[in-house]
Amino acid sequence: MSSVAVIDYGMGNLHSIAKALQHASPDVDVQIVADADLILQADRVVFPGVGAMRDCMQALNDSGLSAVIRSVAKTKPLLGICLGMQALLTDSEENNNTQGLCILPGKVVHFSEALFDSDGNKLKIPHMGWNQVHFSPHPLWENIPQDSRFYFVHSYYAKPDASSLIAATTEYPKPFACALAQDNVFAVQFHPEKSQAVGLQLLNNFLHWDGQI
Amino acid sequence: MSLAKRIIPCLDVADGRVVKGVKFVDMRDAGDPVEVARRYDREGADEITFLDITATHDNRDTLVHVVEQVASQVFIPLTVGGGIRTLDDIRRMLNAGADKVGINSAAVFNPEFVREAAQRFGSQCIVVAIDAKKVSQPNEVDRWEIFTHGGRKSTGIEAINWAEKMVNYGAGEILLTSMDRDGTREGFDLPLTCAISQAVTVPVIASGGVGNLEHLAEGVLQGKADAVLAASIFHFAEYTIQQAKEHMASRGIEMRL
Repeated sequence: MSSVAVIDYGMGNLHSIAKALQHASPDVDVQIVADADLILQADRVVFPGVGAMRDCMQALNDSGLSAVIRSVAKTKPLLGICLGMQALLTDSEENNNTQGLCILPGKVVHFSEALFDSDGNKLKIPHMGWNQVHFSPHPLWENIPQDSRFYFVHSYYAKPDASSLIAATTEYPKPFACALAQDNVFAVQFHPEKSQAVGLQLLNNFLHWDGQI
Repeated sequence: MSLAKRIIPCLDVADGRVVKGVKFVDMRDAGDPVEVARRYDREGADEITFLDITATHDNRDTLVHVVEQVASQVFIPLTVGGGIRTLDDIRRMLNAGADKVGINSAAVFNPEFVREAAQRFGSQCIVVAIDAKKVSQPNEVDRWEIFTHGGRKSTGIEAINWAEKMVNYGAGEILLTSMDRDGTREGFDLPLTCAISQAVTVPVIASGGVGNLEHLAEGVLQGKADAVLAASIFHFAEYTIQQAKEHMASRGIEMRL
C-alpha cells in the first residue's frame, strides 16, 4: 500500500484534504502528520495551507518543517495547495514581504485593487469561486478536460520567474499562474479537495504519479 | 473564460432534519440533510450552506455530525451558520469539515469577534451574514437597517456602512438576506443587493425571496451579486440546481455547467 503524508503545521483544517485523498484513492494510506520522520517516510507528500503567509512561514520555521519540505522537494512527489503553493516560492508581498521556501523561483503578489470584468463591474477580492483552468501537458492533468473549472479562494497569486514553470493559467481578469510544475514538485492555487469530480481526479493522478514528467 | 457566478442551496436544519417554513412558521420537513446535500452536489451545486435555525446545544451537536458526514462524501465548499458565537464554535465547525462559517448576530453584538475570527482562521472562512430590512418610506432615499432575531429586532445600524465595516474587520464574504423578502417568493431586494455589492470589495451572496429561476438571474444581473442563495425552490424538487444553472447561463451569466 502506498502512503501519502498531509503535512500538519497548525495552519487550517486538514481533514478536508485528507478525506478527499482517501475518497480519490481508497487503497492509499493517508496520514495527517507533523513528525519529520513520518513525512520523510511517506511515498508522497501533500503540503496544504490556508491563512496568512507570515504565520505559515513562522510555523514551518519554528517546527523545523521547512527543511523537511525542502528535502521532500528533491526526492519524492510533492503537491502544494493554495498557501502551500505560495510558500514554495521565493517570497511573497503578503505581510510586508515574507520569505518563502525558495523551492520554486518567483514571487507571490496581490491582485490589483482596480480590476474590472468585461461588463465594467469591479472584480471582487478574494478571487472566490469556480474558474477555468487552462493547462499544458502534465501527468497530473490526465483524464481532466481542458478548461475545467476548479474552486479558488485567494487574494495573492504566484508569479514565477520562468514561464517554463507554469503548468496552468486562469484569467482574473488577466491570466495568472494557477499551477506550477518543476520536476517532482506540483503546486496548485485552487483547492482540488473542494473541486468535485475534477479535483478528485487530480488528487487521484497525484496519488499515482511517480514524480516524472 | 471568467469566474462563474455561484448557486448555493441553503439547508435550514432543525433537530437533524432539513426544514423550511415562511418566516420561521409553518415548517415543512424537507428530508435528511446528508441525503439532501448529496443530491445538490450531484445536481451541480457550487457550494452548500447549512443554517442551524434553532441554535440550541442539541441541534449544534447534530449539525456537527451532519457536516462530518457530508464532508466525507461531498467535495465542494461547505458553509455553516446559525448561532456561531465563539472562536471555539468556529474551530468545531471547521474541524468537522466546514470551509466557512457564517457569523450573524454575534457580529452585531460584538464586531471585534469578526476581527478575532478572521485573524485566527483567515478571512477566507469568515462569512458575515447580514439581515437587512428597509426602513425608509417610499418618498425617501432608500435606507436599510440591520435586524436581529429573525428580523424582529431593529438595531438602528445602517446596512451599507455595516457591510463596509465588516469587510474592514476581516469578513471574506457577505451573505445578505432581505428580511422583507425572505420567505415571500417575490424575488431578491435588488436595490439593496446592488448597493451592498458595489460598496464592498469582497463577494456578496444574495439571499431572501427567491420564488423562480428568473429571480436568481436578476440577483446577478441587476443585484450584481457574486452568488445567489435559495432554499425552498430546490427542496421540494420544484427546480433542480441544474435547471437553475441552465436558466442563468441562458441569460448570459457565466456558470459552471
